[in-house]
Amino acid sequence: MSTMAFLKRSPWILHYDASSCNGCDIEVLACLTPLYDVERFGIINTGNPKHADILMITGGINEQNREVVRNIYEQMPEPKVVVAIGVCAASGGIFRECYNIVGGVDKVIPVDVYVPGCAARPEMIIDGVVKALAILEERREKMTGAAQTKESARQAAGEST
Amino acid sequence: MPERIVVPFGPQHPVLPEPIHLDLVLEDETVVDVVPSIGYIHRGLEQLVQKREFTEYVYVAERICGICSFMHALCYSQGIEHIMGIEVPDRAKYLRTIWSECSRLHSHLLWLGLFADGMGFENLFMRSWQLRESVLDTLEDTTGGRVIQGTCKVGGVRRDIGQEKLDEMHRALDPFEEECRDLGDIFLNDDTVKYRLQGLSVISKDDAYALGAVGPTARASGVPVDHRETGYAAYGDLGFKPVVETAGDCYARCAVRVKEIYASIDLIRRAIDQIPEGALDVKVKGTPDGEYFSRVEQPRGEVVHYLRGNGTKHLARARIRTPTLANIPPLVKMLPGAQLADVPVVVLSIDPCISCTER
Repeated sequence: MSTMAFLKRSPWILHYDASSCNGCDIEVLACLTPLYDVERFGIINTGNPKHADILMITGGINEQNREVVRNIYEQMPEPKVVVAIGVCAASGGIFRECYNIVGGVDKVIPVDVYVPGCAARPEMIIDGVVKALAILEERREKMTGAAQTKESARQAAGEST
Repeated sequence: MPERIVVPFGPQHPVLPEPIHLDLVLEDETVVDVVPSIGYIHRGLEQLVQKREFTEYVYVAERICGICSFMHALCYSQGIEHIMGIEVPDRAKYLRTIWSECSRLHSHLLWLGLFADGMGFENLFMRSWQLRESVLDTLEDTTGGRVIQGTCKVGGVRRDIGQEKLDEMHRALDPFEEECRDLGDIFLNDDTVKYRLQGLSVISKDDAYALGAVGPTARASGVPVDHRETGYAAYGDLGFKPVVETAGDCYARCAVRVKEIYASIDLIRRAIDQIPEGALDVKVKGTPDGEYFSRVEQPRGEVVHYLRGNGTKHLARARIRTPTLANIPPLVKMLPGAQLADVPVVVLSIDPCISCTER
């Protein structure tokens, strides 16, 4: 598994169904069950936004869930990555002409990885998560890097006084 | 009298993959009242009939729900066929039956898994979903799609299943049934499962009937309604008896679904035995003019598609009443008296499909 070699810790996933038809949702769950079993990589589906590193959203945004999606995203601690699963989460898909659909998830929160498909296959979802892991790792390094710079600047300032 | 508090449940909640919001009114740990609110995944699919041609709308109908997708397409197609007076070839009817029952198998196995997860029985969850993958493999082999099949169309079906594949499916049914019976044995006879479910949130036959419960929720309370008895598709030829339980508790709702898995396997076996040779579809000429209430038995209960055509290629109106919507009033009746910790199990016991409900 050379593609997962950078995986230093176990990312936890939060799944939210924005306005999906369920097809992608059950495929997200299928990733966790014995055939695909992403838990062997330490990936767990958590229900708690405060525990999650990766937010997986299926389905497009509508007027009522707009605030819910934003709320969940804001509750997640940094660093965090958003994966939009399925074509509805990317653009609204087959539902884009419906009166209640605003569009893809990126109308409300920033999206890092788009997984295409209607419904997205478990293999593609796992591939999307692997891509998300690389972004997560990059952000984590940037954050720890920034924290270290801050720390060393503080120490330097402490020495000079 | 203990103080009443309101606990919000959802829309994002660990046990439900889909968003539904319930305001639970509690006295200590006991639920005394429930106020459901829905609309988090309302899309407005019904109005889309005015933008899609009636033959194209099958794909939209299929995406009302990703679990019972084939049956939504079937219900819509049967409605249009009835309005236009199209007689579907027999082979297409049998293929529709086989795919419908495969969908029911994967839906019930999915639900059993989620239900086990709701009870905290993780091992059983994984085992149900492992079994479900073999049904999805068959669906993918025969239609090309795991959860969205796209094979049903107005006038028939889009694909055939070759005799070789049918024989293979038939051979695979026996070992599959054995595994399902092993799994069902745990749900029906395990002491921890019984302890958790028996006597929980009982709904009487009269209440279930009066509140308009459908599907396994109604049949678990002793209301013998199953729309497959009316003999749409090939069910008329195959003969069919609904699975009925009388206790009306969560255990009975679980038992109905477990036994329906066995019934579905039997239906598929007989459909493969009896499938006739012949054409797959008939040519659709003209446009629908008239109205019809089309009804199909989904895994969760009876779905109703009301379709009205006005002689143009776009329908004037579609109205879709899905089983979960009909089962929410019974759910509101069931919950009071339950402990807060049992709420996820009781909510799951009606097999809520929110994307169906809100369309």
